[in-house]
Amino acid sequence: MLLCVAVAIVRMKDLLAVVMLLGVYGLLSASFFVTMDAVDVAFTEASVGAGISTVLMLTTIAMTGRNESAPPYKHLLALVLVVMTGALLVYGTMDMPYFGFAEAPANLHVAPRYIQDSMAEVGVPNLVTAVLASYRGFDTFGEVMVIFTAGLGVLALLGLAKPPKDGDAEIDLLHDKLHEQHLVLRVVCKMLIPFILLFALYVQFHGDFGPGGGFQAGVIFAAAIILYGMLFGLSTARRVINQPLVLLLSGIGAMLYGMVGVVSMLKGGDFLDYSVLLSDPIAGQHLGILLIELGVGITVASVMVIIFFNFAGRIEYLQRKRSRDKQG
Amino acid sequence: MLAHLPVLQVIVPLLAAPSCLIIKRPVLVWMFTLMVSGAAFLISIALLQQVLASGTISYEMGGWAPPWGIEYRIDELNAILLLIISAISTVVLLAAQTSITAEISEDRHTIFYALYLLSLAGMLGIVSTGDAFNVFVFLEISSLSAYAMIAMGQGRRALWASYQYLIMGTIGATFILISIGLMYQMTGTLNMADLADRLPQVANTKTVLVAFAFFIVGVCLKLALFPLHMWLPNAYSYAPSIVTAFFAATSTKVALYLLIRFTFSVFGYSFSFTTLPLQELFLGLGLLGIFIASAAAIYQTNLKHLFAYSSVAQIGYMIVGFSVGTSAGLMATLLHVFNHALIKGALFLALGAVMYRVNSVQLNDFKGLARQMPLTMAAIVVGGLSLIGVPLTVGFVSKWYLVMAVLDNGWWPVAVLILLGSLLAIVYVWKIVEVAYFIDPEPGTPQVSEAPMALLVPVWLLVAGNIYFGIDTRLGVQMAQSAAQSLFGGSP
Repeated sequence: MLLCVAVAIVRMKDLLAVVMLLGVYGLLSASFFVTMDAVDVAFTEASVGAGISTVLMLTTIAMTGRNESAPPYKHLLALVLVVMTGALLVYGTMDMPYFGFAEAPANLHVAPRYIQDSMAEVGVPNLVTAVLASYRGFDTFGEVMVIFTAGLGVLALLGLAKPPKDGDAEIDLLHDKLHEQHLVLRVVCKMLIPFILLFALYVQFHGDFGPGGGFQAGVIFAAAIILYGMLFGLSTARRVINQPLVLLLSGIGAMLYGMVGVVSMLKGGDFLDYSVLLSDPIAGQHLGILLIELGVGITVASVMVIIFFNFAGRIEYLQRKRSRDKQG
Repeated sequence: MLAHLPVLQVIVPLLAAPSCLIIKRPVLVWMFTLMVSGAAFLISIALLQQVLASGTISYEMGGWAPPWGIEYRIDELNAILLLIISAISTVVLLAAQTSITAEISEDRHTIFYALYLLSLAGMLGIVSTGDAFNVFVFLEISSLSAYAMIAMGQGRRALWASYQYLIMGTIGATFILISIGLMYQMTGTLNMADLADRLPQVANTKTVLVAFAFFIVGVCLKLALFPLHMWLPNAYSYAPSIVTAFFAATSTKVALYLLIRFTFSVFGYSFSFTTLPLQELFLGLGLLGIFIASAAAIYQTNLKHLFAYSSVAQIGYMIVGFSVGTSAGLMATLLHVFNHALIKGALFLALGAVMYRVNSVQLNDFKGLARQMPLTMAAIVVGGLSLIGVPLTVGFVSKWYLVMAVLDNGWWPVAVLILLGSLLAIVYVWKIVEVAYFIDPEPGTPQVSEAPMALLVPVWLLVAGNIYFGIDTRLGVQMAQSAAQSLFGGSP
């Protein structure tokens, strides 16, 4: 299945279909991850790979047009290189331990401690969260900074100095137009959005116990806002979402994560050593993980919103420019 | 607080980046960024002293002992790189505010500085960490911010250059990630020291071989080894001048550090130099890089392009030193890393000063510039002499040690080729001197005055470094020597 979809993606010329297939691909790999017992990864893949990135690519297509122009010449050398790389990868798998092999080095060295002792040392039932937020918490801090960087990067390239401000009359006009086009969608979504937000909060705070955590929750939370922006128009969404504030929030989320680390340093531990946060090490770990997951959630959600608003804002800007050119 | 220095080195700039958004006012943000970078510089000095006094420092993130948690591990090699990166960053930042007011619109200054800090923190993080996956995370931070900053250059060509770099850089990073994944499969650990312990047991498997191959290719993409350098000239030419000066002096060096760290400390000397014909490959590519890139530099009319090609050639010298495979060769490479950072930092910053006044770095616009901007042009000349390797400059020191290391191995044809490569450098540096000093400006071109002090001071700081370390070679040589020897451990 995955292979079929991948081949189809490469062969297709209609970019809209390609994006849709990419979404399918994301969802398929998510289910693939579920069968491999990597539920948290599947969750992330489903929300990011199949969800947000599809939306972002659709907005890009809205700007660039939906047909792929044929390449001027065929890159034979590139094909040879790709085939060689692929062959090398297959060659490398030949000596790999079988999937699920209990004696594989990956299962014998570091992992047993994560599995056996994380409950006693970190005290959260979801051991993925224990590894991600505590044992390797510094990597996760790095990842949050990667996302923050991505948000800043988009802003640096696409950011408009002043987003157009619409008067009430224009917003009403836009409302009527959208209302006619997407009546059913709008009604359904209006009912769904509160539940999506609630679900995001559940995923956020339940990450210690079940699959979930800041990354997934942030994306889901952002999805609700993006949905609103798509169906009710950017100007309406801008009234609810204050963009400079969202930018500030993306920084604050990252700072929150870092500050937990700094506080643990001030309390005499190493950076991100949550055990020293409270007198009881396990309670300290709980508090630390709760706070950093919150930081992750805030940053992820606000960066997703920033990226969407700037992509979509660009379309709006181009449309307005075009209509102004026509008039002028 | 002294015990926390390794982590402070990275998190001070890392946490300062989001703080920029809170400060907002561009001038304040610049001063803040400068202070943070200065603090990082002081920390790196303290770290170097600690390492020299008491040996390798290990720091456990989150209080989890490696290999379960992430470890920061600072030895001589890391400490030197940390010092180079934070020092160059600080000097470049001195000039930043003046230079970017001319090149970037004011509403984007805050974001620019936040990205700059992220890039700095990313590079420092790559160098400090003792964990293979952590390398990848910080590689992403530094690369993403680099793509964004390069795209902030003037004109649409900056976007295209950044896009090229993004594609190539992402392929490189993915290859490195694949390699790390394969290594984890075979050993069950991500800690570098632990990997070094456990890899020899599985060294004969195809998986480890493929992991090694992917790592080498990925990292060579990042360090722009010929013929994987295609992204570099455009990225350096169209980025804002400040960004070019910062990256030209640091970013390829970080990739080179990764190459050295993984071949010597993770895969181990005997594995790295025996399983693949790495020595012959790197020697060949390094020499080819020196000649082809230097020749390409001669034909450039845009000076940023010219010096970017020269950077590719200089990377060739470093790789030749690496391929010698002896402690002396590695020392020459490390010395050149340090010296080339000084040379290219000075040259690109001086070009930034020209850009500020003339708003172009085309060779045609340099006619008679020596009379209008004597100090800036003098800096370019000294930098150029250093690039060629004239005695009393740093360029001479590293080439001297490189030639000695090559001769020690009895490779005299290689030594001759290295010297011939320097002749090519004379040609392209002379081209600039000729135009700037001996051709009168075309009538009708507007007169320009000398660059402002804010740009001249940092430029001449770096130029002074070029001369100082060219005369007093003790510090650089000692550091490079002890780092090279520690990497070789007991072996030759």
